[in-house]
Amino acid sequence: MSGVSERTVAVWGGRCRVMEAGTGPRLGVMAGHGGLPRWTPFLERLAERRRVVLVSLPGFPGSDSQHERLDGHLDWLAATLDLLEAADLAGCDLAASSTAAMLGADVAAYAPGFVRSLSLAGPYGLFDVAAPVTDVFAHTPGEVPGLLCRHPERYREAFAEPADVSALAEWRLRGLRAQAASARITWPMGERGLAKRLHRITVPVQLVWGREDRIVPPSYAEVFAKGLGGDVDSIVLDDAGHLVWVDQPELAARELLRFLDQQTTPHHQPALASA
Amino acid sequence: MKIGSFSGSSYRRLPWDYADTHESTWVDFDAGLLDPLQVNKDINDSLDVLEAADRAGFDLLGLNEHHSSAFTMNPSPNLLLAALARRTSKAALLALGNSIALYNPPQRVAEELGMVDVLSGGRVIAGFPVGTPMDTCFAYGTNPSELRARWLDAFELITQAWRRPESFAFNGRFHQQRYVNVVPRPVQKPHPPIWIPAGGSVETWRFCAEHDLFYSYLTHTGFQSGEKTVRGFWEEMKAHGREPNPFQVGVTQFVGLAETEEEAFKLYREPGTYLFNVLQHVHPRWSNPPGYVTENTIRTKLQADLAQGDKSVQLKTEVNTMHRKDFDQMVEQGFIMIGTPDQVAEKITRFATSQGVGNVMFLMQYGNMSKDVALYNTELAGKYLLPQLKGLFESEWEHKWWPKPLSEPARPAEVVLA
Repeated sequence: MSGVSERTVAVWGGRCRVMEAGTGPRLGVMAGHGGLPRWTPFLERLAERRRVVLVSLPGFPGSDSQHERLDGHLDWLAATLDLLEAADLAGCDLAASSTAAMLGADVAAYAPGFVRSLSLAGPYGLFDVAAPVTDVFAHTPGEVPGLLCRHPERYREAFAEPADVSALAEWRLRGLRAQAASARITWPMGERGLAKRLHRITVPVQLVWGREDRIVPPSYAEVFAKGLGGDVDSIVLDDAGHLVWVDQPELAARELLRFLDQQTTPHHQPALASA
Repeated sequence: MKIGSFSGSSYRRLPWDYADTHESTWVDFDAGLLDPLQVNKDINDSLDVLEAADRAGFDLLGLNEHHSSAFTMNPSPNLLLAALARRTSKAALLALGNSIALYNPPQRVAEELGMVDVLSGGRVIAGFPVGTPMDTCFAYGTNPSELRARWLDAFELITQAWRRPESFAFNGRFHQQRYVNVVPRPVQKPHPPIWIPAGGSVETWRFCAEHDLFYSYLTHTGFQSGEKTVRGFWEEMKAHGREPNPFQVGVTQFVGLAETEEEAFKLYREPGTYLFNVLQHVHPRWSNPPGYVTENTIRTKLQADLAQGDKSVQLKTEVNTMHRKDFDQMVEQGFIMIGTPDQVAEKITRFATSQGVGNVMFLMQYGNMSKDVALYNTELAGKYLLPQLKGLFESEWEHKWWPKPLSEPARPAEVVLA
């Protein structure tokens, strides 16, 4: 975990955490369920060839509780745009997973030119009553790792509690906060009308699904792909569940880098960063 | 003291092994198990028992609101209170409550309770709970972390709709209404008393203290284990400079009366066991959607747990902790007060006096209790228990959270066609 910088940026009356490392063109990363509390092997691998910018949405790890003031999808979309702008990611490649991927998709739909390319891992945003999205929030805490990951031990490692007992209460509170924020984006079933505007996403999109995704069925990939307005690169990763970045960090990073390397649009030149 | 009969309209014929063979009696349980003929009896019997309570001298009749549940098959207390309004004449009619965050638009609450108030000649008490996670977040799809803010929005709209004589625009956080003009307005002015039914959250105590509202402690475990919660409420009230008027608090209590203690145990063992071990069988996956509990409450609980060396996160709701108790344990812990009217009167007097509680909502019919036993329970209460309790606090305090009915209301007429 070399050279990871951490700062907070002003979003919606509070602070959101931004972690950065690596060299190369800027790549925005937004994680869904639970967020990413720490720098992970997936991000470390990406940082070999990209300047990885991990942003935490309101309520997500390292951020404040502004999620409690985001009422509905438009507010979340505005806050996401605020966050991406504050993190100097306007016009950059964006990779998003799970509940955050639904927001990433709508950033591209409503603000074309805001993202250069879009990689969506296990995205929320569609709902088929015949093959419903699993309600991960209607499960006890013990069941969650196995629901979200093919390898629950990798989930537990990614979300491992600090050894220092004095930090435990705050860690758990922030974990519950991140869940509340994720739930607030999608409650009750992640249906915010995205299907009606998929056609507006004309940037290149990579769809990444874990074959063992127990939350959003892999069958959704085809429906997503059909609706999108531009080029689609759709892959299914073996031995991976809903959180592919946690289950298969090396493979997911390699596939993302491959997709990014194929993009020919010029990179956005970011403004000079200010405090 | 004011005394109520509070009913839940439970389904009385679930199999005894339900907790072993099914996951829950709430949210996505198999409603096909509910035989319509049985439901017809359950609902009508519960109203018969409440009407008897009116005749027996109970001061109020209460109904709660739950959704997608065999535990209480009553999603709309206003409908049943309207039925009671026509067939009763004295008792206050308590909606305990309307889960106001769920009514869209909130004017619906103002209108329906207004109508029941009109029908009854001014006997309504409006209870406004936040609501359980099962009802609000799962059965009705409300975003858990939005729930309390939606409740506040609705509370503001409803109380303004009652208070303001003119049509007005409401531009709230979750509701925007251009012409709010409720007809009929309630008979009671400025509006029916508002009770806040709740568990033990600091936020609720604070709200009641700030707005001088009635705090109705809805507990399934009764007076005996409720002392800490009631004390917490009074501390909050004191911090707000409010006087300790016992008529500002109510507590619920399951009761089973008979002529001897032995007979009481016999009569109420099965209904009590069915209530706690069958009806309240709810899988914990429904009880803690993220964002339902505020961060303040979580922080307090986590710090307390860790201070006690408990590293597990257990944010249980009260319903879940009821599971699989032995009836004798339930009685010993005071969940159900079993005995003669004198025995129960002594206990209630003692608890109410020490905790400063001037209103009791007795549950006279619960579990799979037959109508006959519930009527017997009600009759004994009316004749021998209520007279011992009614005088408590009456000479020292004024009840400011009680309906003010019309002195000569219209009553249902016997219509004979020529």
